[in-house]
Amino acid sequence: MSFNTLKLLQKQKKNILEIWMKNQLSDDGLREDLISNEDLRGQSEELISALVTNLAGDDLVDFDADRWDPVIEILGGIAITRARQGFSPRETGRFVHSLKDALLEVLQREIEDSKQLFEESMKINKVMDNLSIVTFETFIKGREEVILRQTDEIAEISTPVIRVWDGILALPIIGTLDSSRTQIVMENLLQEIVETGSSIAILDISGVPAVDSLVAQHLIKTVSATRLMGAECIISGIRPEIAQTVVHLGIDLSNIITKASLASALSYAFKVLRLEVRKSSSIAKPNL
Amino acid sequence: MDKIPILRMGSFLLVTIQVDLYDRLALDLEADLVQMVNKTGSKGVLIDISAVSIVDSFMGRIIGNIASMSKILDAETVVVGMQPAVAITLIELGLPLKGVHTALDVEKGMNLLKSMIGDDHGDEDETDDDDTFAE
Repeated sequence: MSFNTLKLLQKQKKNILEIWMKNQLSDDGLREDLISNEDLRGQSEELISALVTNLAGDDLVDFDADRWDPVIEILGGIAITRARQGFSPRETGRFVHSLKDALLEVLQREIEDSKQLFEESMKINKVMDNLSIVTFETFIKGREEVILRQTDEIAEISTPVIRVWDGILALPIIGTLDSSRTQIVMENLLQEIVETGSSIAILDISGVPAVDSLVAQHLIKTVSATRLMGAECIISGIRPEIAQTVVHLGIDLSNIITKASLASALSYAFKVLRLEVRKSSSIAKPNL
Repeated sequence: MDKIPILRMGSFLLVTIQVDLYDRLALDLEADLVQMVNKTGSKGVLIDISAVSIVDSFMGRIIGNIASMSKILDAETVVVGMQPAVAITLIELGLPLKGVHTALDVEKGMNLLKSMIGDDHGDEDETDDDDTFAE
């Protein structure tokens, strides 16, 4: 970029910011609910300052150069925050593109020679294209981080171990069982068995959409591990379709206690613990 | 040299492993225990491994061996107090310890042994108890 244009842009920094802000504020996609106008202005000003100081030199296209790092860093920071705040890709894209519009508008106003204007505009175009690529890379990375974190959280909270009775634990499994999830389920269950001293664990799989040989293998592992701990493991909530698949796949579940519903598993557990549930003859008032 | 004590409690033998087992120690324990079962004519062996935090396939096999050997000598083996991590490791190693009975703690293990031995000898007493409970 020629020295003059650079000077021009640096001088017009305020102006560019104003035009850019105007563009952004008049845009339909403005998200006042997610970011306040002051914050937006702050972000924009920071980005423009970094950009304008870095436009010097001829190697504008060489985006690997170290001097682009501050701009990329600022832009990346903005993109990641936007991804976390829940901006859509279009809104994030508009943020960068409206800066391009503002820059071009200023150039158009200040440069009279049409050949020079074209050359400088092309350069600005290239720079801004590179910047939008960076923005999208970081934006998507930010989104992926959010997704990963959510996956972890789901895995963490989706395996609650419930103490249904003194000495009886229940563990309802919702969703597909894969290796890493089975590991968490197993660890949680065994830990809880040690902590509560329970001798019976009920594994309810009514929320598992499908059972293939791998899932069955995982279930068998969990049951064997509980047995090693000295507790008994019952698998309940087996739907007819699952029973069909299990038999078709030739999986042997004969040495595992299986019950159709959680209720029958519970009544079996009561029987093993020699407990009895009875209807009382008199109506006792429940203590609230 | 370390030695794991084998305690006699009535017709049962009680082994509590308080240190991390190394191979030599485990082999000695296996030999001693079988000798002891033979000498005392015990009907049950209770092994407490609640302090063991590390196992390998060798240890798993030794425990399995002890159970099988005791079984031949007409004694039942109960392993109690296994740590979750140990249980997971054994399963991952493909050692589900088929012939071994397990219990959560020493107390439950003792009850289990008593009920198993009781099945052999005092069968009538046991059922009588049950009946009176039910009625």
